[in-house]
This record gives sequence, structure tokens and C-alpha cells, in this order.
Amino acid sequence: MNQASGIAFQVLQSVLVVLIAPLVLGWVNQCRAWLQNRSGAGIWQPYKVLNKLFHKDAVLAHNASPLFRATPYILFGCMWLAVGIVPVLATSLPFAPAADVIALVGLFALARVFVSLAGMDIGTSFGTLGARREMMIGFLAEPAMLMTLFTASLISHSTSLVTIVETLGQSEFVIYPSMAFAAIAFLMVLLAENARIPIDNPSTHLELTMIHEAMILEYSARHLALVEWASSLKLTAYITIGIAMFAPWGIAQAGDWTGVPIALAALVLKLAFAGAGLAVLETVSAKMRIFRAPEFLGTAFMLATLGMLTHFVLET
Amino acid sequence: MDFSSLQPIEVAVTLSVIWIGLGGIALAFASTPRIVTDAVFPAGAVVALALALTGLWAMNAPASAAILPAGLPDLPFHVRLDALSGFFLLLLGGVSFGISLFSSGYFRHGDQPPGLLCLQYHIFLASMAFVLIADDAYLFMVTWESMALSSYFLVTTEHRSEQNRRAGFIYLLIAHLGAISILLSFGVLHGGHGDYTFDALRRAELSEFWATVAFALAFFGFGAKAGMLPLHAWLPEAHPAAPSPVSALMSGVMLKTAIYGMVRVIYDLIGGIRWEWGLTVLLFGAATSLFGVLFALMQHDLKRLLAYHSVENIGIILIGIGLSMVFIGSGHPVAGVLGLIAGLYHTLNHAVFKGLLFLGAGAILHSTGLRNLNEMGGLIRYMPHTAFYFLVGALAISALPPLNGFISEWLTFQASLQAPLLESSVVRSLVPIVAAVLALSGALTGMCFVKVYGVAFLGQHRHALAEKPRDADGWERAGMAWLALGCLALGLLPVFMIGQLNNVSQVLLHAGLSEEALASGWLWLVPTSSAQASYSPVVFLLVIGAVFGLTFLVVRQVYHGRLRRADPWDCGFPEQTSRMEDTADGFGQPIRHIFAPVYQIRREIPRPDDPYPVFRQEVEDRHWEWMYLPVARFTEFLSRHIGKLQQGRISVYLLYSFITLIALLVFAQ
Amino acid sequence: MPSLPLSGQLINLFAALLLLLAFAMLTQRRILSLINLFALQGFVLALSTAVVAYSTHQGHLYLSAAITLGLKVVLLPWFLHWLIRKLNVRWDVESVVNIPVQMLIGIALVIFAFNLAAPISQFAGTITKSALGIATASILLSFLMMITRRKAVSQVIGFLAMENGLFFAATSATYGMPMVVELGILFDVLMGALIFGVFFFHIRETFESLDIHHLEKLKER
Repeated sequence: MNQASGIAFQVLQSVLVVLIAPLVLGWVNQCRAWLQNRSGAGIWQPYKVLNKLFHKDAVLAHNASPLFRATPYILFGCMWLAVGIVPVLATSLPFAPAADVIALVGLFALARVFVSLAGMDIGTSFGTLGARREMMIGFLAEPAMLMTLFTASLISHSTSLVTIVETLGQSEFVIYPSMAFAAIAFLMVLLAENARIPIDNPSTHLELTMIHEAMILEYSARHLALVEWASSLKLTAYITIGIAMFAPWGIAQAGDWTGVPIALAALVLKLAFAGAGLAVLETVSAKMRIFRAPEFLGTAFMLATLGMLTHFVLET
Repeated sequence: MDFSSLQPIEVAVTLSVIWIGLGGIALAFASTPRIVTDAVFPAGAVVALALALTGLWAMNAPASAAILPAGLPDLPFHVRLDALSGFFLLLLGGVSFGISLFSSGYFRHGDQPPGLLCLQYHIFLASMAFVLIADDAYLFMVTWESMALSSYFLVTTEHRSEQNRRAGFIYLLIAHLGAISILLSFGVLHGGHGDYTFDALRRAELSEFWATVAFALAFFGFGAKAGMLPLHAWLPEAHPAAPSPVSALMSGVMLKTAIYGMVRVIYDLIGGIRWEWGLTVLLFGAATSLFGVLFALMQHDLKRLLAYHSVENIGIILIGIGLSMVFIGSGHPVAGVLGLIAGLYHTLNHAVFKGLLFLGAGAILHSTGLRNLNEMGGLIRYMPHTAFYFLVGALAISALPPLNGFISEWLTFQASLQAPLLESSVVRSLVPIVAAVLALSGALTGMCFVKVYGVAFLGQHRHALAEKPRDADGWERAGMAWLALGCLALGLLPVFMIGQLNNVSQVLLHAGLSEEALASGWLWLVPTSSAQASYSPVVFLLVIGAVFGLTFLVVRQVYHGRLRRADPWDCGFPEQTSRMEDTADGFGQPIRHIFAPVYQIRREIPRPDDPYPVFRQEVEDRHWEWMYLPVARFTEFLSRHIGKLQQGRISVYLLYSFITLIALLVFAQ
Repeated sequence: MPSLPLSGQLINLFAALLLLLAFAMLTQRRILSLINLFALQGFVLALSTAVVAYSTHQGHLYLSAAITLGLKVVLLPWFLHWLIRKLNVRWDVESVVNIPVQMLIGIALVIFAFNLAAPISQFAGTITKSALGIATASILLSFLMMITRRKAVSQVIGFLAMENGLFFAATSATYGMPMVVELGILFDVLMGALIFGVFFFHIRETFESLDIHHLEKLKER
């Protein structure tokens, strides 16, 4: 694989995933609508929303600081980097050695810290409420995610996502019980970090029940568009990390252009399936009381730790 | 002077003596504060920088030793500068350069005369330097003691406050308990023959039992100075009481001399590390880090909060060192090297970002007179430079890429993932638990610093300020900028420092990182092999920066960049005041709810018909009730009974002397 | 480590699921979900016995699996559902210590069980000896559930779950017990459950509640 081919792959993956992230969100919302017996807004709705938002004038509070204005761009940059690292279409991309799973979790933490600070910036009670709740969810979700990824790392003796995908996907089919624990923990963390039911309702309008929405209440126009886009990118990134760990078949090698159509088809299929599954999960669950959320995430944390312990007993 | 044969040790000794000299000059010129702040402190800063460079030189040169013409006639002082001491000298010099620059500006406008303080400050610095290069137990204890004494005087600078005096007392008490333990440890190592130089202590052969006793005494003694659980009670009292640059120095550098002592005694002097020792260190480190951060989340005094974070970070350093000891004790030196490098890197990182954070707190205190977070708010508008540097420090301590805190946490995680190498299944199960605790305390730190930064700098003022605060002046800014630059450099270019630390581990363990780890170039950080893990902070920064810039330009090109200002969203409720935003205590409420059994909370809730309701809450450390107060009561009980010996009658005292004489005569037979 | 044949991997997977269900029962608040989880645990147990029967060609284990299915997936859950309907106890289960502390103690027990079973499992001659640690862990977790619950019905479920763990340990370490012993144990369990049911009615009549706190009034002083 030569340099130019690798870079082309990298750019292709990054741009493609950034462009289809709103589509993933639209698909999830459409599935939810069908399950609730509504006709829904169509899977292209998020693109229309983004377009509308970019056209508007930005309105900022009088006392907004430079940090508030910079945060949407920083968020977008972090998420762009995240989808560049996860082996979505191909492994062994040039950016892949830039970060391993721990750095990936750190990247999400960086995004979370900046959006919380932006929530506290204006000084209204809603922003600080959202920031406080987001950090409360985050302080348990981040270690749970880390432990889940460590389970995969212990199996493949590496924290590099490339090696994990290769070990789990391209060697013979083996059932890893510790990954069963890790899968459930990962699903719980995915729901919590992306503000889905049962932790947070992404379509609520009541400020007192918001977590994620309360933090970005002050954003408008292009800033809001970037924040929304970054949220859908985060959801896509989490789904692709889950795919890389638990269903890594079909991912091409970088430089192998013949593997791209298969990889693309596999990706579309997996994303569709995951999106529909997410919609089903959201429909059958109810939103929890806010202080049940730490218990929920604590369970995820314990399950992930249990998965690591099970690995030591059953698989070595 | 023959420069070619100049040894690093001679330079180090000379520079430390210059520091003492500068202190003396400051005392002489105490009546003209301008000279002290404009000349002596900057000169001290220059000496610090030279000392840092000497440390760097010593890490790449063979060890050099010297005998000083001081001390008792038959017991001269021995000094030695090897790679480990060199690393800590680099830490001391680099961080105190920034702090001395800051002090030059800080004490300019203060209300107390800085002459005496400057003397104590420089004696403190010189004592720490001598602790790091001491090569015999005698010089080590003398300089350890002078370090404790000079910092005691610095802590009680504002001695008119009862609270500060009490803080100083607790500090001195625990420092001396630790010193006694260290002295006993040296005694055990000595074994009864030879002299007290470190060479002799190194060569002494100890049975397993006595080696463990020496380890326990050294761990307890240095742990007391480092602020490890359960001997941490002095940290949250003493660090806030001292002036801010002194707090930065104590938190940033003095705690690290305790880590130096631990590493020196355990790795170098005792040698023969057992994995059980490593497990003890590991468990204490994990408990300390979780405890520290949980209590930090409850504080609303900024400096007390930062002091509890120092407790937490010492815990993280101990986790790294504990992992290293476990691996070495089980016969896996390469993994042990990784753990040691992780622990030492975190030592340097913590010194840099904690120093920066304390200096920022000092700048706030200086400008606004505020220390209570619940009274601050919106300071980013008046103090933009301080806000920027504090943000760098806050991001660094929260272990976020691409800054330096992340690198050492990353290395510690990589070390803990080497756990499958171990055979003992108990330890193999405990290492993932410790990794989970480390992840948890890292995440909680992020939450705490969102609280601190958001409440202090962002939002709106919570209480009316007497006058508009002014930003930090040039010297203060220079000090903070230097440390922020350090955070950035250590975060973006870690490979250089890791190469230097490899030299340290070669000296201590006679083993280093693998070939592939050292050959990966400056861009990629690879601790073991690139298939196993790699990280590139420069790529992080470049990609995020590039996307930031590109998106900014593209959006403006394709759409537009129009902006207008308006009032914040008030949900239709027009009476929003700045008191309706979260206070520091309010932000910590979820943690108080979730972790309620850990704290001892005293609440004062107003009556429902109170026209001016005030809600008061005190969060206290249970260790006072469990450990400190019972020990104090027992000591008083013992003293009362022993006090009965003091009869006050001369014939009784003569009787005591007589009995002793008879006893000696009997035993001498 | 050479990977096990597919049957061995499946059994390890079922072991992990068993542990997962034992943990889930520990953290459950609602009694209906507890009974359903217990039924699911019985189902997993039956499947795993069937797999062991298939891979080691021991016919009597098929019979064990069928009995387990009939008793633990159908009969006992139906009986428990009938019991709580009759006693009208559809409330949330309260525990003596709160859920996070229970989870922490659970993790400590799991580590303890794993370390305990490690030297023993070296001597077992089966392909699934590493599952012994998991079985021990699920026994201890069910015992913990019995200790930390206040309402009597959930204690019964803990007792039954403990028996599940014992059964799994026997199957994985020694390929099942002699048929007579198995039948005897299953009959005992059935009788035990029936007697519990009778006692619940008595307790409810005496104290108007199934909270075991009231039983403390029976002590001498």
C-alpha cells in the first residue's frame, strides 16, 4: 500500500462518514416514527434542518465568551477525528496509529468537557443544569466505555483499534463470553452518551427533563447546526465502534480498492440494522428518573469490569 | 576554572548555595521591597533554570559524586547526582522558574514585606535541591528537616489567623511523624555496621523480614510527606494557608521530593522488590486517588479543592509505581519499566499543571481577593490571560488529549494492560479493578474542573465586586505562560522526555523500553510495539485545528457569517438574576447524592417561614473521627499518666538519678 | 491457548450468561422481573446440559435437561406467579443495603470465587473446568441475594437460583450426578418450594405482611 492510496482511503472514509451521519440519525428517527404509528418526517430531514440552520443569522447572548463561539467548531473537529480513527471502511489507515481506544475515549471526553463549559458560559440556570447533569452521566459512562474497550484489548493483546478489528474479525470464529458482558455494557453506554431513551429524551421540549439539550439551548444558526451535526457524528462513531468490536466482518484493507464495494455494502447494512435496533430499544423503554441514571451506568461499569474478570477465568 | 572537567554535581551544589545567598541578600535588603521583588526573585528564577538544565545534563551523563566540606568532623556530607536525581532536579528547576517569575509580580503589590519571605522561600528551594542530591542518610535528614521547617514558616506567613496557625501545627506534626519513620527506615537499612552513606546502605544485606520492615517504614514516612491516605489531613489545611506561589511550590515540587525519596529508598537502597510491596502501594494509591477526587468535588474553597486534587494525583503516581513494583517482583522487568516511566512522567506532569493551577488561583486571589468559588463568576471578561492559562491547566489535569496529563494516564493504562503477564490470579484480578478506579477518578476530575472553570470564570458574577478586577501583571503572566508552555510541550512531544526517563530506569532497574519503542521517532508515542499501542498528539492537534479552520472558512464562504447579540434565553421568566446559576456546591450535588456514605455532611436547613433563608452545609473528612482524634486522645491519656512522674520535689528527682545509676552499674557488669 | 471445540465455547458462553443473569437478579427491583429472570436462567441451564449431553454422548443428561426445562422453566415460575397473585405482593423489592453497594460486594465475591476455583478446576477432567469458577460465583451471588432482601418471596427465588448454580457446577465439572441423586435433589427442591408457599400464607396471616422484619418479633426479648 503506498502513501497516496492510503491518504485517499483516509479522506474517502472521513468525508463519507461525515456526510452520511445525518442520514443515520434520520433513519433512526424514521424507524421510531413507524414504530409509533406516525408517518415521520422522512430520512432526509436532518439535512433539511442543517441547511435551514446554516442560512439563519447567529444570535449570541451579550455575555458570551470566545469559548462559547469556538466550542461548536472544536466539537465538530473532535468528532471528525474520531470517525477518521475508527476502522469504518478500512483498517491500517494513515491516521489509525494516531490514537488507540484510550485516546478515542479521551477525545470524546474532550468534546464533553468543552460542551459542558459552553453550557456554563452564559450563566443561566438551564445551561448549568445541563452541564451538571451531562458531567454526572459522563463520569460513569466514560470509565464504563473504557472498561468495555479494555475487554476487547485484553483479547487481542493490543489497544490499537486496527489490531482489535483484525484479531476479532479476520481470524477464525471464536465465541468470547467476556465480549457478551462487554456488548451489553457497551449498549448501555451508547444509550447514555448519545442522550437516547432511557437516559435522556432527544425530542423533549421540557427544560427540566433535558440533559444534552439544556446545554446547547443558547446556540443558534450555524453554531447549532455544527453541534447537531457533531451529535449525529458521535452516534455514528459509537455505532461504528460497536460494529468494529462485535461485528467486524467485511472491513477492507487499506489500499485494497476491490474490497471497498463490499465494505460499503456491509457498512450500510450494519448501520441500517443498528439504527432500527436502536429505534426498537427506544420505543420499548421509558425514560428513567434522573437519579436512576447513575445506577444504570453503574451497572454498565460493573458488567464491563465483570467481563474483564471473566476473560481472565475463561479465556486464559 | 577548568570547564571541561566540570561535573554536574559541582554545578548543582553551586547553584543551590547561590539560592541560599540570594535569600540572605533579600533579608539584607528587606527594607527596600523593590529590590527584593525586582532583582532577587528573578535572579532566583534564572538559577532555577540553570539547575533544570543541569538536571537534564545529569540524566545523560554518568553519575557524579562529591564530598562537601561541611557537616561534622568525621561525618562529612556526601552528594551524588545520577539520572534519577537529575530528573527531579529538572522538575524542581523547571517548575520553580515559573513560580519565581510569578512571585516577582505577586509580592510586589502585597501587604506584607517580602524580605523575610524571600529568605524562607530560597532556603526552601535550596533544601529541596539538597534532598535530591544527598548521598548519605545524615545530609538527607538534615535537609529534609530544613525543608519542613522553612515551609512551616512559609505556611504560617499570615500568622495572625488562628486557622493558619492550626494548619501549620498539623503540617509540622505529620511532617515530623514521617521524618521519624524515614529515620527508622534508614536505621534498619544500616544494619548496625558501616557508615550511613547510601553506598553502604545499598550494599547491606537484609533478611526478607527486615527488608519488609524497611519498606514499610519508608513507605509510611514518605507517604506522610506525599499526602497519601490516611496521612493526608495536613494537605487540605496547609496548602490553602500558604501564599499562592508557596502553595504551588509545595504542591508541585515538595510532594515530589517525597516520591523521589520513595523511589530512591525502595528501588535503589533496598532493592530486591517483592510483588507484595507493589500490591500494597497499588492499593493505597487507588484508594488515595478516589478519596482525593471525591472530596475535591465537595469543596468550594478554590485552594482547598486544588489541595485535594494533589492528594488524588499522588494516588495516581503511586498506582504507576505500584504497578511497576508488582511487575518487577513477578519477574517482568519490561512491564516494570513501563510502570515506572508512567509514574515518573505523571510526577513531572503534575508538578507543571498543579503549579499552573495554583498560580492561577493566586492571580484570582490577588485581583479580586476571593478564594470562595461561590462568590466568583464571569472573570473571563476581566482576566482573559489568566482565564486562558487556567483553561490549559484545567484541561491538562483532566487528562484530556493532546495535553500532558493524558500522556501519563495513557502510559499507566498501558502498564495495567500488561496484567495478563502475571501468574498470581489474585493480583491479575485486582489490576483491572485498579484500572477501573483510575478511569473513574480521571472522569471525576474532569467533572470537578468543569465545575471550577465554569463557576469561577464563566457565567456572571454571583456577588457584587468592589472594583473591576484587573488581569495579572507581566511577571505573573510570564510565570503562568512558562508552565502552560510546559503542559503543551510535554503533551505534544512526549517522546523526548520518555527517552530521558528511559535513562533513569536503566540506572535503577538495569532495564529499559524495547528497541521498537525508542525508535519510533518524535511523532508517534509507542511504549511497547506499534501493533500494541500508539498515539500521536501532534496529529490530534493538527486535525482538530485544521477542521476548525476549514469549517469556519467554508461555512462563511458557502453561507454567511452574520451575527447579532441579544439577551439570553429566560424561558419566559424575566427575573433571572446571576444568583440563579449554579454555585460550586450546587454543581457537586449529584456527587453528594450518589456518594453520600463516603462523606460526613452537616446541614443547616432554614425553617420554611424564614424570610431570609440560608442553607449551610459542611462536608468533613471522616478520618478525623476515625483516626486522628482517637490517636490524639490516646496520646493525651498517655501524657497524663507519664506526667505523674513530674512530682515537683527535688528528692524525687534525685531518686530517679540514683536509680538510673544503680541500674547502669548492674548492667555494666 | 488452542481454542476449544465449538461445544466447549458454547458452554463457556452459557456460563457467562448464567453469571450475567445471577448479577441481573441481584440488581432487580421488581418481583415479576425476578421470576422471569429465574425462568431464563433455568432455560440457559437446560440448553447447556443439552450441549454437554451432545458433546459427551451421555444419554442420561438429555433426561436431566428435560427435567430442568419442565421444572425450572415451566413449573416453578408458574407456581411463583400463582403465589404472588394469591398473596397480592406485586410491589418493588426492598433491600437491606442499596443496589450499588450490593453490586460492589458482588464483584468482590466474584473475584473471591474465581480465585477459589482456580486450583480446583485444574483437577477436573472435563472440557469445561474453567466454568467451575463461574458456577461458584453464581452460587455466592444468589446467597448474597437471599441475605440482602427483605421480602420473603425474593429469598425463595435466591434459594432456587443457588440450586441452579450447584446444578451447573455439577454438570460442568463431573458431567452430571448419578440419576438417582439428581432426581432426589429436584424432588427436594419442589417440596421445598411448596413448603415455602404454605409458610407464606401463615406469615401473611399472622403479620399482615411478608416483610421478614416482623419475624424478629418472635425472639425472646
